[in-house]
Amino acid sequence: MGLAKRIIPCLDVNAGRVVKGVNFMGLRDAGDPVEVARRYDDQGADEVTFLDITASSDNRGLIFSVIEAVSAQVFIPLTVGGGVRQVSDVRALLNAGADKISMNTSAVLDPRLIMDSADRFGSQCIVVAIDAKRDSLTGGWQVYTHGGRNATGRDAVEWAIEVCRLGAGEILLTSMDRDGTRSGFDLDLTRAVSEAVPVPVIASGGVGSLQDLADGILIGKADAVLAASIFHFGEHTVGSAKAFLAERGVEVRL
Amino acid sequence: MSHVVVVDYGMGNLRSVAKALEYVADGHTIEVSDVPERLAAADKVVFPGQGAMRDCMREIDARGLREAVVHAARNKPFLGLCIGLQLLFDHSEEGDTAGLGILSGQVKKFPAEGMVDAIGSRLKVPHMGWNEVHPHQPHPLWEGIEDGTRFYFVHSYYVQPDHSKVIAAHSAYPFEFACAASQDALFAVQFHPEKSDRAGLKLLSNFLTWAP
Repeated sequence: MGLAKRIIPCLDVNAGRVVKGVNFMGLRDAGDPVEVARRYDDQGADEVTFLDITASSDNRGLIFSVIEAVSAQVFIPLTVGGGVRQVSDVRALLNAGADKISMNTSAVLDPRLIMDSADRFGSQCIVVAIDAKRDSLTGGWQVYTHGGRNATGRDAVEWAIEVCRLGAGEILLTSMDRDGTRSGFDLDLTRAVSEAVPVPVIASGGVGSLQDLADGILIGKADAVLAASIFHFGEHTVGSAKAFLAERGVEVRL
Repeated sequence: MSHVVVVDYGMGNLRSVAKALEYVADGHTIEVSDVPERLAAADKVVFPGQGAMRDCMREIDARGLREAVVHAARNKPFLGLCIGLQLLFDHSEEGDTAGLGILSGQVKKFPAEGMVDAIGSRLKVPHMGWNEVHPHQPHPLWEGIEDGTRFYFVHSYYVQPDHSKVIAAHSAYPFEFACAASQDALFAVQFHPEKSDRAGLKLLSNFLTWAP
């Protein structure tokens, strides 16, 4: 037995509270971040990822107190993304208690951010999030920024290789085609990126069932799988997901 | 009750380590310090680390901590974490860096190519995630921790001690490597107990109550 595949619940945080989107009806309060993170920890989550979606600049500082509070109570790796623009943002989040920092749009706009952050804090804490959408013209996938709104003209696999060269220690790969559809990961995309890079790849976007998680690992070759809605709405627990994966021959931490 | 100093040399996740120790402190006191005299005054020392070994060694020297760290590692209960394990050895391939030489052996890089797991997936470097730890002999720090318990790892280099008697545990990725070393009152692990959930907290708690 060796390294376990990881299951990572993702929590959206708005103004210091966990929120969840309900069928385009807007955001519903889903609780205190410490309580939600602890619940996932109790279920056996291998890590927790917080995505700060706070729109109002007045409330953006609240993420620091969230991370401070969670990291004093929950002792598994915590990744934080959303609004990371400069090296000082990385430092501040690490100091608050984050273990890994995820950067997305700002890494595309200024790839030096990856290099400078990795040089200063080590590759192990730098996650580059890549939002990719299938490109029918090339047959590949194109990188998008700003939450999937802006096309960059960059090929996702090439960008993944490039961010590793710059010092990323992990890639969080989201299929924009699948995100929110509950139709499963884009397995071709996941596999193409995972086989192209030396660092771990976290598959994200589209999970609707436990079978999707298994496919992401067994077919997509992901090192970890990230999901939000299947856990948030109580359909499945992390524990039941792990039991399902273990039955299919995936090594998990039970 | 003991007073524990977590060595601050400007690298990595000290806060996480201090928070986890505080969580299990139960009357022991935890201090984060970069002052050599504070290390000398401590009952026990925790030596964390993250990032590149060359940077760690440079920061230790820049802060004048080398002597105090070596003295603590030889004379009082001492817990090294991650790079805090690697720094104890003679030399690392990472940046061709000399270590503190408290334990004899080398720090080597996982080969980037040709490592595959049981389902044929490429094994990535860094070795990141939860892996099984297999203690070699009973030790107070393993108390209450079963053989094969998973701990959280993040590293691209591993230690290769010259003497097998200092190996306190091994893991496999995909080959077996030493993931913990011990000698007298010194104990050091490659994984991150401060991020290893209940098993990690148990190990930290064992360190706090350890009376070698």
